[in-house]
Amino acid sequence: MAGTRVSIFVTCIVDQVFPQVGMAMTEVLERLGYTVDFPEGQTCCGQPAFNSGYREEARTVARHFLRVFADSEYIIVPAGSCCAMVSHHFADLFEEASPERRQLEALDGRVFEFSRFLAEVAHAQDVGAQFEGVVTYHDSCHALRELHIHSAPRMLLSHVRGLTLREMGAAQECCGFGGTFSIKFPEVSGGMARTKIDSIVETGAKTVVSIDSSCLMQLQGAISRAGLPIRTMHLAEVLASR
Amino acid sequence: MNKNEIVSTVSNAPLQLAIYTATGRLINKRKTATDSSVLPQYQDLRTAANALKRHTMDHLDHYLEQFEAQVAAHGGKVIYCQTGEAVADFVLKLAKERGAGLLVKSKSMTTEEVDLNERLEHHHLEAVETDLGEYILQLAHQRPYHIVAPALHMTRYDVADVFSKSLAVERETEPEKQTKIARSVLRQKFLDAGIGITGANFLVADSGAVVVVENEGNARLSSSAPRIHIAIAGIEKIIPRAADLAVFLKLLGRSATGQPLTVYTSFLSGPRREGEVDGPDEFFVVLLDNGRTKLLADAEKRESLYCIRCGACLNHCPVYRKIGGHNYPWVYSGPIGAIITPQFHGVQNDPALPFASSLCGACAEVCPVKIDIPKILLALRSEVIQTSGSKTRVERLAFRGFAWVMVHPKIFAWLGALGARFSPRPAGGAWIRKLPRLLAAPPLAKWLSQRDLPPPAEKSFRQLWKERKKS
Repeated sequence: MAGTRVSIFVTCIVDQVFPQVGMAMTEVLERLGYTVDFPEGQTCCGQPAFNSGYREEARTVARHFLRVFADSEYIIVPAGSCCAMVSHHFADLFEEASPERRQLEALDGRVFEFSRFLAEVAHAQDVGAQFEGVVTYHDSCHALRELHIHSAPRMLLSHVRGLTLREMGAAQECCGFGGTFSIKFPEVSGGMARTKIDSIVETGAKTVVSIDSSCLMQLQGAISRAGLPIRTMHLAEVLASR
Repeated sequence: MNKNEIVSTVSNAPLQLAIYTATGRLINKRKTATDSSVLPQYQDLRTAANALKRHTMDHLDHYLEQFEAQVAAHGGKVIYCQTGEAVADFVLKLAKERGAGLLVKSKSMTTEEVDLNERLEHHHLEAVETDLGEYILQLAHQRPYHIVAPALHMTRYDVADVFSKSLAVERETEPEKQTKIARSVLRQKFLDAGIGITGANFLVADSGAVVVVENEGNARLSSSAPRIHIAIAGIEKIIPRAADLAVFLKLLGRSATGQPLTVYTSFLSGPRREGEVDGPDEFFVVLLDNGRTKLLADAEKRESLYCIRCGACLNHCPVYRKIGGHNYPWVYSGPIGAIITPQFHGVQNDPALPFASSLCGACAEVCPVKIDIPKILLALRSEVIQTSGSKTRVERLAFRGFAWVMVHPKIFAWLGALGARFSPRPAGGAWIRKLPRLLAAPPLAKWLSQRDLPPPAEKSFRQLWKERKKS
């Protein structure tokens, strides 16, 4: 596989708010011998519009994505949610016989969430990472329930030297982000985050790891507000640590 | 949805504890009961249940006719009602003709749906709920908090208050003793009632049986002690064959309460026959439409009618667990309520409802008939926006702007850089706790009402990428 060219879709939130996640993902992929390509025309998957009921606007953004990534052999996404938007929900936006559907079919089997790519395509286990401490893993909903990603991130974490993975009781419960839900129902969303954080605190872990930066923004925001000595990290950041 | 009521529920610690404890118990029981070690065929049963429901909905007219013929063959009668008003009219007329002044009722969401008790009360016909939870709520003048566990939000101390106030009995906080109090009142009601009303969990087309599952025996009493039994059910409760119960009964109890089977499963088909000891003299099945045929016509969302009312989606919904059952606009709460209410009442009736979800998908994961609730919520959101007119003008403009920016990468990058430059940047890499008024646009202010906000990165990924390529 060495030398294989992979395109990364870093997502709008990683691009603008958490660029270190994109850099970490690049580093891990290069460490495994991949040539990483960042198509510079990329922006967003359109999920904010889609989830808010604005399908026409979501279609516009989806078409842009399909254009930008038309020639990519592999598309790797550091987010279960944005990945599921492309691989699961783009199809809901376009008619059966539309040209977009054909473009989408051409992408079939080429769009991967980061941890799944490492586990299923790169067949990686130990990526040479070292991270001291106890961490707990948050299953992001779309990765877990739409992409069925459960074991890959845990397997990768288990091969990190110095790292102890301690499961929380509410690993599979939503963090409460939900895109615009977080501002349409702020008290409910905030309450969900705090319930999740109670479960994180119970583990004694000082680091929460996930594969979705949007969940981590929600959790870190609430952790920071509560003044707790816990930090959130994207899986890519942990795997890039040495 | 009333935002103030929602906030009040979310910040009510004892209520939150009651909801979390009760739903948590149901979650654990379901998990144990559906575990592959005890029910290896669980996922296959879900698939089968979904296929059976789909098939039934595709041929509903056929199975309704078959059911009606079977009920008639057993000496019963099927009544079709378009609306709740028609149901009440039928019951009132029958009660008048037969001289019944008292009705006993077992738990039925369908009768809640059409406000049957209130309608009957309006005409001075007393209907007494005999399910313990429903009885408590009837005394407390509340509607069900949960499809399966109607008084889920009440502690035994709350129940003690309700009983002592409404029944003029000593305040009793032991659940066993509370049950005895209820029983002593209700036994007499069963004996005095002229009509017993039940719901139905399944209507079996090939045998004409009305199947009722319950744990307290009150449905069996309601359907057999009074002279007349009326079962009231939505038309979607039909299943083709008695053999299909081997699928549905395995799923219903386990999904609802973690029971392999409920304590009682009654198969009621027709009035008492000659030589039989128990059973009513007359047997009626009221089949209610109340908007269901409208849903049936919608191929995309028709699967909403597959629901067997197990309540698992409520228990597993992190939003239901925060806002409880009474903040939903209709008697059906939780994820299933969020998808059927807009379809029955119109999406603009409570346009916020389909948005009251993080789309986490926990509901669909546990749904025994595999209703894709998140997908339907998304479809409903789109319908809300399409029919919202000027109400969403600002938001619509914002999303148009969003889409335009997202297809212009250079402008996206430029706007990002602009934000990064002018964003406040707390010392030491800390996140933003407060924004100056001028910057605190409503979405940001709402975010900040609950949590801190990360400042945009000083350099975006695309900037870092460019620098990296150069070096």
